[in-house]
Amino acid sequence: MTIAEWLDIGWVDQIPVRGSRTVQVAGGDDIAVFRTAEGKVFALLDRCPHKHGRLSQGIVHGGAVACPLHNWRISLSTGEALGDDKGCTPTVPVKIDGGRVLICRASTLKAAA
Amino acid sequence: MEYRPLNPGPDTREHLVVIGNGMAGCRAVEELLARDADRYRVTIFGAEPRVNYNRIMLSPVLAGEKSFDDIVINDADWYAANGIALVAGDPVMAIDRAAKTVTTRGGTTESYDRLLIATGSDPFIIPVPGKDLPGVIAFRDMDDVDTMLAAADAGGDAVVIGGGLLGLEAAHGLSLRGMKVTVIHLMPTLMERQLDEAAGWLLKNALEARGQTILTGADTAEIVGDAKVEGVKLKDGTLIPASLVVMAVGIRPSVALARNAGLAVGRGIQVDDHMVTSDPAVLAVGECVEHDGQVYGLVAPLWDMCRSLADGLVEQPTGYRGSVTSTKLKVSGIDVFSAGDFSGGDGCEDIVLRDASRGIYKRVIVKDDRIVGAVLYGDTADGSWYFDLLKKQEDVSDLRDLLIFGQAFASGGGAADPKAAVAALSADAEICGCNGVTKGQVVSCIAKGAHSLDAVRGTCKASASCGSCTGLVEMLLALTLGDEVQAGPKTMCKCTSFGHDDVRREIVAQGMRSIPEAMQQMHWTTPDGCSSCRPALNYYLLCALPGEYVDDQQSRFVNERLHANIQKDGTYSVVPRMWGGLTNPTELRAIADVVEKYDAPMVKVTGGQRLDIFGIKKEDLPAVWADLNAAGMVSGHAYGKALRTVKTCVGSEWCRFGTQDSTGLGVKIERMSWGSWMPHKFKIAVSGCPRNCAEATIKDFGIVCVDSGYELHVGGNGGIHVRVTDLLCKVATEQEAMDYCAAFIQLYREEARYLERTAPWIERVGVEQIKARIVDDTAGREALRARFLYAQSFSQDDPWAQRAGGAEAEHHAPMARFIPQEALV
Repeated sequence: MTIAEWLDIGWVDQIPVRGSRTVQVAGGDDIAVFRTAEGKVFALLDRCPHKHGRLSQGIVHGGAVACPLHNWRISLSTGEALGDDKGCTPTVPVKIDGGRVLICRASTLKAAA
Repeated sequence: MEYRPLNPGPDTREHLVVIGNGMAGCRAVEELLARDADRYRVTIFGAEPRVNYNRIMLSPVLAGEKSFDDIVINDADWYAANGIALVAGDPVMAIDRAAKTVTTRGGTTESYDRLLIATGSDPFIIPVPGKDLPGVIAFRDMDDVDTMLAAADAGGDAVVIGGGLLGLEAAHGLSLRGMKVTVIHLMPTLMERQLDEAAGWLLKNALEARGQTILTGADTAEIVGDAKVEGVKLKDGTLIPASLVVMAVGIRPSVALARNAGLAVGRGIQVDDHMVTSDPAVLAVGECVEHDGQVYGLVAPLWDMCRSLADGLVEQPTGYRGSVTSTKLKVSGIDVFSAGDFSGGDGCEDIVLRDASRGIYKRVIVKDDRIVGAVLYGDTADGSWYFDLLKKQEDVSDLRDLLIFGQAFASGGGAADPKAAVAALSADAEICGCNGVTKGQVVSCIAKGAHSLDAVRGTCKASASCGSCTGLVEMLLALTLGDEVQAGPKTMCKCTSFGHDDVRREIVAQGMRSIPEAMQQMHWTTPDGCSSCRPALNYYLLCALPGEYVDDQQSRFVNERLHANIQKDGTYSVVPRMWGGLTNPTELRAIADVVEKYDAPMVKVTGGQRLDIFGIKKEDLPAVWADLNAAGMVSGHAYGKALRTVKTCVGSEWCRFGTQDSTGLGVKIERMSWGSWMPHKFKIAVSGCPRNCAEATIKDFGIVCVDSGYELHVGGNGGIHVRVTDLLCKVATEQEAMDYCAAFIQLYREEARYLERTAPWIERVGVEQIKARIVDDTAGREALRARFLYAQSFSQDDPWAQRAGGAEAEHHAPMARFIPQEALV
């Protein structure tokens, strides 16, 4: 049996604009799925590289999210900390197909492990 | 065009059959003829019973600005003159690739040597009940325009579903034709694929000013009507009457024919750089194709594709490399332009210019010294210049500082150094458009002693209104003074050149009503702000417009969104309100039950005399609240920039030293002030005697009861910098104590800066100023109190009950759960 490469996690409009939803991964950390003001969707491990804050709960602005714990700004496209902070959160490739959000299965497993 | 007689006798040339008589199919043929007019015998099949016309000009036809004849590209003579056989009104239904034939609906079969598929795209019809009712149409071809014109003649209401390019053009046309038009758009802003939030907001305002009703964030549930359409029902229950419904929610590549013929199809018909499909004898071009993973719904890429296609057909292949697209909205009087990628991201830098007085918003996105995108609203004159720089990938580092002012300005000085360009401006060049201030006036004002941006704004008014010329004024300061420029006031954040007080004053003075409006009017330099300014703007608007402003949840810190305190492990702590620190068995039992039921690992008595339940999971919060609500408890707002707690001692009811009923007064004050949003957290305490067991003199507002009445203290803080309160005054009655408290809170709400506690606020403005406003000015105090109570009439609505009842449930539940097969093994 072949395993699908992409996980269908739901409709784009289930994610609030300038907001985030999470995907629970059994046996691992959550994946945070973000939607920017301009409608782009990104997925990252839901964990700040600093003190492991839940990025899904941060304020989304431009192409970044501010971690709710200590206001580190994390790039949604690369997972890198912006500004003077150093650190990186694993990212998960996303594609949109007919309004559905698909995230890369292998990267999800790797990130959440 | 040169006239050529049709070939006499049997035509032995290769036969090129084109499916699609639209813009792509005909353009491809034109390109081919221009290269080698005699090489192929050409037959074109078209589904519409018409010659080739310019589909993108249907909007002006609908608007009454053009007629059908105006938009015909190739008339019947063109087909005849070029020996092209046109089969119009009989669409091709099947392709037989083995036999190399196509068959039409009418039964005609034609053989081909090369086949070109240019079927374009189909309008996407959202699958809602009633979609097939008469009066529900798309906006794709001339028949649709005729239907709309007939409906407009009858007058009445029209609904356009879809606030994209096509939908807005349809709405504009119908509106000009006299219909009352409502646009329903699923997304929060119009044309979100081409415009950012700021430009979308300006566009919405402009269209509303023209009499259209624009509903954003509106989801269509069904189209209602018996024999024909009568209205559109939204998922929130709203019913909008309509005799015409235009669906313009998007287009899909028309691929059915290709798919049935077994060609490789992804989102579109897959083609290589020469527009050849998976079958070498079959080509495809236009909106129906997918090239390098991209499908296009605009006209410009089509021209590029047709060139590459024709080059391949005459065996001089060049290859198509994809297109960068730009968009202009064809609504007369509203100038909108967008190009490239404006979604930002790493290494991208936004250059934003906003000019509120002229309704202009310009944003250019630069990455690695190259323009990658542009959004222009109100002034699109430089759109083609930016687009040209973008397509050519020109290094703009030399133009960087003046880029946003446009081609005339950036190239004006002819100098590589922007400072030199400003230096080269003549003395009568206008710097500040809002206030009509010239360069000469700014320089002379600097020479007379205005050595900071603030001083310039204060004297000659340059950059004092919209701030869009701030950069120019700063350059003039640097040019005139060298290193002597004084730092200006601290700005709110990097998104604006204004400080908190300026922003707040302008929000009130100009009656601003939303975050995008504030950002536009005050010339924010970022498209959607940052995590510093968004919560501040949200608060200032909320405070200015009680009962009217719609709180922007995405501009709130997580604790205020989820109404609980996030902890370092991602769980939450929950503090129910206990009025004045009093509780009872029912409440205590409910709390104990919650602790057990949800496995809370810890319960702690807080410094403010409340019980804090730790370790609650985000998804359990609504159930926890429902349980606490059931016992009569509401949110304690321990998470918010809001009233936290009123701490009390037991007072005269029990204590042998007590002078007044401090617990009773504490409960009354907490009932009056709970639920109000403030610049920062706010703590109150009431002590029953000067022994001050409730520690009232390190609170934001503290009451110390004495025999003769109540001492009121303000501006205390027990945090990093311990600050003892200042004595505000002494009053005789409980009611006065409460009235002064309400007035003080409102003064703090209206005048302190966001995230400024009362202690630093009072140190900044001076306690004498506070006394003058609260104690000396009776009418002012009364007015403050009245405004506070008015605002409270909207804010004392338990956020827990709303959410336990299902509001914003999506904040709590995960979107999906994934159990990897690996985990099951």
